[in-house]
Amino acid sequence: MSEILRTDLEPLVEITMRVNGVKRTAAAPTRRLLSDFLRHELRLTGTHVGCEHGVCGACTVLIDGTPMRSCLMFAVTAQDHEITTVEGLAESFEESGTGAGTGTRTGTRTDTGITTTMSPVQQAFIECHGLQCGFCTPGFLTTITAYLKENPDPTETEAREAISGNLCRCTGYQNIVKSVLRAAEIANERGERA
Amino acid sequence: MTTKMFGAPVQRREDPRLVSGNGRYLDDLGQDALAAAFVRSPYAHARILDIDVTNAIDIPGVIAIYTHEDLDGNTTERLPLLIPHPALTNPMTAYCLSPDVVKHVGEAVAMVVATDRYVAEDACERIKVDYEQLPVVVGLAKSRAAEVLVHVEAPGNVAAHMVQEVGDAAAAIASSPHQLTLSLQIERSASMPMEGKGVYARWDSDEQSIRLYSSTQTSTGVRAAVAAKLGMPLAKVECIAPDVGGGFGVKIMHPWPEEVLIPWAARRLDAEVKWVEDRREHFISSAHERAQLQDVEVGFDDTGRVLGLSVKFWHDNGAYTPYGIIVPIITSTQLLGPYKPGAYRVEFFSMYTNTVMVTPYRGAGRPQGVFAMERTMDAIADYLGLDRTDVRSANFIQVEDMPYDHGLLFQDGRPLMYDSGDFPASLAKLKALVGWDDFAAYRAQAEAEGRRVGLGIGCYVEGTGVGPYEGGHIQVETSGRVNVSTGLTSQGQGHQTVFAQIVADELGVPIESVFVTTGDTRRFGYAVGTFASRAAVMSGNAIALAARNVREKALRIAGEALEVDPGDLEIVDGIVRVKGDPESSIALATVAVMSNPLRYAFDESAKAATQFAHTGAMDYSKPPVADGEEPGLEGKGYYSPTQATFANGMHAAIVETDPQTAEIKILRYCVIHDCGRMINPMIVEGQVHGGVAQGVGGALYERMVYDDAGQLLNASFMDFLMPYASEVPHVETDHLETPSPLNSLGIKGAGEAGTIPVSAVIASAIEDAEGFPITSMPISPDELWNLRRQHAEGLIPDLRRGSRTTSNSPTSTNA
Ligand code: FES
Ligand code: FES
Repeated sequence: MSEILRTDLEPLVEITMRVNGVKRTAAAPTRRLLSDFLRHELRLTGTHVGCEHGVCGACTVLIDGTPMRSCLMFAVTAQDHEITTVEGLAESFEESGTGAGTGTRTGTRTDTGITTTMSPVQQAFIECHGLQCGFCTPGFLTTITAYLKENPDPTETEAREAISGNLCRCTGYQNIVKSVLRAAEIANERGERA
Repeated sequence: MTTKMFGAPVQRREDPRLVSGNGRYLDDLGQDALAAAFVRSPYAHARILDIDVTNAIDIPGVIAIYTHEDLDGNTTERLPLLIPHPALTNPMTAYCLSPDVVKHVGEAVAMVVATDRYVAEDACERIKVDYEQLPVVVGLAKSRAAEVLVHVEAPGNVAAHMVQEVGDAAAAIASSPHQLTLSLQIERSASMPMEGKGVYARWDSDEQSIRLYSSTQTSTGVRAAVAAKLGMPLAKVECIAPDVGGGFGVKIMHPWPEEVLIPWAARRLDAEVKWVEDRREHFISSAHERAQLQDVEVGFDDTGRVLGLSVKFWHDNGAYTPYGIIVPIITSTQLLGPYKPGAYRVEFFSMYTNTVMVTPYRGAGRPQGVFAMERTMDAIADYLGLDRTDVRSANFIQVEDMPYDHGLLFQDGRPLMYDSGDFPASLAKLKALVGWDDFAAYRAQAEAEGRRVGLGIGCYVEGTGVGPYEGGHIQVETSGRVNVSTGLTSQGQGHQTVFAQIVADELGVPIESVFVTTGDTRRFGYAVGTFASRAAVMSGNAIALAARNVREKALRIAGEALEVDPGDLEIVDGIVRVKGDPESSIALATVAVMSNPLRYAFDESAKAATQFAHTGAMDYSKPPVADGEEPGLEGKGYYSPTQATFANGMHAAIVETDPQTAEIKILRYCVIHDCGRMINPMIVEGQVHGGVAQGVGGALYERMVYDDAGQLLNASFMDFLMPYASEVPHVETDHLETPSPLNSLGIKGAGEAGTIPVSAVIASAIEDAEGFPITSMPISPDELWNLRRQHAEGLIPDLRRGSRTTSNSPTSTNA
């Protein structure tokens, strides 16, 4: 057995990126994966890691609007880029009262008193039971958000194709396909793009 | 009257949190904790000669490196045998860290604790372990040959041998008009939740206590096991299952070595320690399931009625048996499905191999059992030239036979007795849904187009909601907030919603005021866990009982306040009111205030309960808390049924196989499902969908590819083919609700149902398309292609069916 305490840890670099519209800087080793940087340095734990080898898609974030697997990137390579994580999908604002769910907008008061309005994709996942354990969900939400921007009116077959790069072990995908279609509908109802 | 919540497709209360990145899974906690990583054996069977940490210990950031020698107390001993059984004569369990001989690739040998996971993994790579390699047993054939033993303590590599028999099966088969034999095979797969396992422990040196978070299906089980292993009083150990990213069985197994070692290290280092499993670790050091070899002998009459059935099977349990022989017991009993054979004998051997151990994965032995039974039903139909559904009908247990006692012992050590189900009705629904009777025309049309299609069917019965018990606690706060807790855990089944639905109805409160906590031993200490499709049945009923107790107490207190008989009161939308006179009412929140006589007013509502607050006459002969009462508007309930409740279902699929490439495509997948009354049909439907997808994975894609040296060759998502959306067909469902008579809510479990018959259904459909027997699953296009070649060479017989076939050996349907 050996127990020691060392302080001369590996060198760190300062990394800066815009995350969900806010400029964030933190120090990390150059080998830090972007997924780990977001989760542990920036404490945005909504981005999940299911495989760390680029297959499951749970770690998908939007980099300058394009879905990328954050487990396949070093944080340093995201320097100065614009990142959107699941935490950045909802519009949040402070509001008194609950604003709770009628129509197509669900407002959710979090413990901090902030009310968020779900994005069309988030709202659709809630309505269509598009998630069970929720672990894969952030990767689907970011992927679908980007997809609907380019393809606002997908058919069912296209919706299925759009999500065929992400793994989910719980839902059997049936309700995720439905969620994609419903999200497109909600975005149209709201007169906005997903 | 408020809308009834039970039975409504209520949107999930957990979702707003989970879709906005506010879930809290294991690795989201303990951001400042030290990180652990493990050195795991690269060999399937080897003796550890030396462990040299010299190159690792100087890495900056490494805090500690532990091997078996460093462990102390109970942590040096083998992990517990969780479920002993008299037939499990040679049980073996692993150590937290291997002391000498490793028995499978992935077994933990050393643990590194460092300031950062990256550094801990660096250190693992620099630890040099010398091994002497030993001969390896992979696969049931080698295990049965027993030229090499996995454990010297287990002669013949047999962990368990068990026989159950009802009637004289051999005699019944011998005297039957017809006999058939089949030999069947099914491969390994695994639960493979998207979130692996993980443990995070906080040692409190002031209180000498541990708070442990684990991505587990049983926090009470982990708590008790860790207390025992660490030699601590139960009162000083708490275990919490945070948000869990899927379980499917693998996380009911406990304690994992890491669940013991992480709190052990936290205590020893007086620091927070966390370990999060990576995907490769999950493949090689968690658990798998399914692999079996099965020999079936059946005797039957001209109508296809089974007069005698004898099944002998070999179950690959991997290197250890901490979870006992639950899986093969379930195979051996649930094999019978909705049928009543005249006489039945089942014999199994649970066998050791140098591979990852086997513990329940969704379906838990049933997919194998259903595969054996349904292949047999199809073989009988083929032999007699009958419709496959007619043969099944001839063997169904009828509604008037319920409750039906099979005369066997089930996995809970209690009689295998079906409580409910209407199998003929389910079959009729399935035939209508898939268009069974129109399939011949569809096939003819497809054949004319040069396409090859087949129709398959599979039926099953699933014992759900096994005991011993679960409990629930409900407390109404003076704000009207209703806190509900139950000890079992959640992995995505929507418990925060379905249990709130039950409480909303039973107590008469808006669902928005109900807050459910699961899997937190600080809140509820008595529980078993989430497995065997038992959560809704067990905790659902316990919570309903608790709600009824709270309701009764609320009516009693309100009755006194309103000076009316409690029987004349009702609770609607959180208000207790006189039936027919809604003006005389009192809020449940106020009843909560009154239930707890106070000395101190800490807020406005509490004033009403203080000692000088009363107006009017007081009876000073009575104490503030009446005899037999307790302060607080709260109550508990436990549900402990005499037996499991049996859900059932029938699936059918239409597949197309490519005449050239042997590619297999599922064109339609239909499910009839009977889980009794549904609390939330949207959630039940989701469970069925997810189950079917896992079943499809097991039928067509997933397998654990071990080489002869015991290396798992496909231990990544790149190589282990879990279905994406592109591989899962559209699932068509219909439900039959035959309520369970065993519980007041009439519910049966739904969690595993979708998975159970899928391999049987797909095999049935491919066989139907190809015209020769399919006896081994999963099946890939290249395997099917090879079977076609063997079939063309005459090595595999034709099916005999109708005009499509030629006659073959009457006593053999397999290659
Ligand atoms: S964690 Fe990045 S793709 Fe799986
Ligand atoms: S919801 Fe659990 S993995 Fe997708």
